[in-house]
Amino acid sequence: MSTRVRPLARGLGLACALALAVTACGGSDDGGSGGGSPDDVQAALEQGGKITVWAWEPTLESVVADFEEKYPNVQVDLVNAGTANDQYTALQNAISAGSGVPDVAQIEYYALGQFAIADSIADLSSMGASDLEGTFSPGPWNSVHAGGEGIYGLPMDSGPMALFYNKTVFDEYGVEVPTTWDEYVTAARELHEADPDVYIGADIGDAGFTTSMIWQAGGHPYTVDGTSVGIDFTDEGSTRFAETWQQLVSEGLLSDVAGWTDAWYQGLADGTIATLPTGAWMPANFESGVPGAAGDWRVAPLPQWEEGGHASAENGGSSLAIPEASGNKELAYAFIEYADAGEGVQTRLAEGAFPATTADLSSEEFLNTEFDYFGGQQANQIFAESAQNVVEGWSYLPYQVYANSIFNDTVGQAYVSDTTLAEGLADWQQKSRDYGQEQGFTLTD
Amino acid sequence: MATVSAPLRAARRRRSWTGWGFIGPFMAVFALVFLAPIGYSVYLSLFRDQLIGGNHYVGLANYRQALQDAQFWESLTRVSLFLLIQVPIMLFLALLVALALDSGRLYGRDFFRIAIFLPYAVPAVVATLMWGFMYGTRFGLVGNINDAFGISLPDPLSPDLVLAAIGNIVTWEFVGYNMLIFYSALRVIPHSMYEAAEIDGAGQLRVITAIKLPAIRGALVIATIFSIIGTFQLFNEPAILQNLAPNAITTDYTPNILTYSLSFSGQQHNYAATVAIIMGLLTMVVAYVVQLRGMRKDA
Repeated sequence: MSTRVRPLARGLGLACALALAVTACGGSDDGGSGGGSPDDVQAALEQGGKITVWAWEPTLESVVADFEEKYPNVQVDLVNAGTANDQYTALQNAISAGSGVPDVAQIEYYALGQFAIADSIADLSSMGASDLEGTFSPGPWNSVHAGGEGIYGLPMDSGPMALFYNKTVFDEYGVEVPTTWDEYVTAARELHEADPDVYIGADIGDAGFTTSMIWQAGGHPYTVDGTSVGIDFTDEGSTRFAETWQQLVSEGLLSDVAGWTDAWYQGLADGTIATLPTGAWMPANFESGVPGAAGDWRVAPLPQWEEGGHASAENGGSSLAIPEASGNKELAYAFIEYADAGEGVQTRLAEGAFPATTADLSSEEFLNTEFDYFGGQQANQIFAESAQNVVEGWSYLPYQVYANSIFNDTVGQAYVSDTTLAEGLADWQQKSRDYGQEQGFTLTD
Repeated sequence: MATVSAPLRAARRRRSWTGWGFIGPFMAVFALVFLAPIGYSVYLSLFRDQLIGGNHYVGLANYRQALQDAQFWESLTRVSLFLLIQVPIMLFLALLVALALDSGRLYGRDFFRIAIFLPYAVPAVVATLMWGFMYGTRFGLVGNINDAFGISLPDPLSPDLVLAAIGNIVTWEFVGYNMLIFYSALRVIPHSMYEAAEIDGAGQLRVITAIKLPAIRGALVIATIFSIIGTFQLFNEPAILQNLAPNAITTDYTPNILTYSLSFSGQQHNYAATVAIIMGLLTMVVAYVVQLRGMRKDA
């Protein structure tokens, strides 16, 4: 969920992919075999070699540099193959074609299920991942099991949500920082009235954000039990979100700038986008993408659905996984263990990444870290509290990547037409159900 | 007799092998890069690969599904509308420019020729990124105009206007290309015909309608067929703009984008192959009809 989208690269990728579509989509799965033992991993590390890592997480650059310094005979080729969905498309593409598959891929928690169910990524249990039980906080550790027994990735970061807000803007117009979503709507009106160029946030329909908001509101639209799937966006949590957010959409209180575009970064920098409710992995992106606004932004707990509540949700957060087609799984595992559970964690924390490791989440040093970007605020305390208050029982679809790809076709229409969010969600539900049915899942109500 | 027929047979055999020798390399490449992918797509389109349940033969079920698929028809209707409006505008502009260049009354003819052709040399992806930036109502050219004049132009990337915005990009890209086709056809008309027309007292307009247009009809038909194929395959421009306007450009915006989404977001390779084959057949039929009509007029 981070760093900038690269439209040019994506466009070229699309064009090439289409050219390949007809000829190169019939690759077959060889079935999951996993990798070697921890001893094999150690041997691979000593022997050295070259691995390719597909990731968009900015802090990995330093991790790779440190890793190569520590193991001089290992060469790590870090490639940004796109952000989130773009990268999954490229990865799926490479896996289907059976060539060009990386040895390590960054995969967000919501997307792991789709790769795991198709046996496209390796079960890391035997290589040493099963010994890491307790190393990671329960939310992310649950997620990397992807609803099964295997361990399909190591948690790299987590995304307990918080409200990032531009304090300078709030101070300038004398608006209170909202603590509930009702107050958020009120603040949106006040800011926009004070200056028509200022919007409380930028949103043109984002599947990850919407599902996280519903998650925090206590909704359970997805129920998954093996291959039996239920989708229902009429439960209380979903309805609550739709009704509140509809006010912002209908009154034109949200900036219609697409996330991760140049215009979006400019909006975050110049104060026309006043808040950003998102995951705790965001600070690194603020520092790299919005350097001009250093000192303007602060972090507050996520606004609540109930006054005085403490509910939170996860948004984004990624793991590093190893594709089944990787030629050097042992070396790849050595790298991801270094990056996610070894020395790499400290490197990444120093650059503003948010950990998934229990030890770091509760360490004094971590909690007392002062963020220069946020005017010296000890923002990790807010994030860590949010991590503890994540509402339990949420699950994503085993084909969430597809579902998210049609979000803008359905719910997105509420942002540009007379369709309401509730109608958009109903449409999304229907299309997601249809797809599940076609793919052989059993649909329950 | 035997002494006569033996060399004859040998000669006949040698002749046939020589032919294959010439055509062989082409046929091999043709079969590998052209026939094999088509055959493989047809093969794929007869199966269905599910996340749960695996791969199995389904006969023509994918075709039945595609022909009843509202998404498919919607995307087809959209490119058909594009075809009916954008292609005539583009070809008319190209023709106008070609005639102007050919008239010999234009100062800086070579400059205009290269300047108008230049957009075709810009890769479609780059062109679309550039136009996408200009279309921006916040930081783009449209936004600047709004700020400078205190007006509020409609957003070119809104769902109602985005097809016209794409049409504008495509026109900008391909007027020069079509102009060059027309212009080179105009250059080969013998000058004696113009002299004869002048002696007969024909004006410029008359020369155009009676000599130039009939003479380049073949080029017009070719350009039209290219444009039809290009339109049915519309992909780069909407796919790039989708980053900027995800709600306006849906995953079934054009048949090719639908195919792409089916294949790479939904992993429905088989169904995608089916849609691609249907679109290929449709394009062939439409292009063939246009060619037949064009040739009949020619006769």
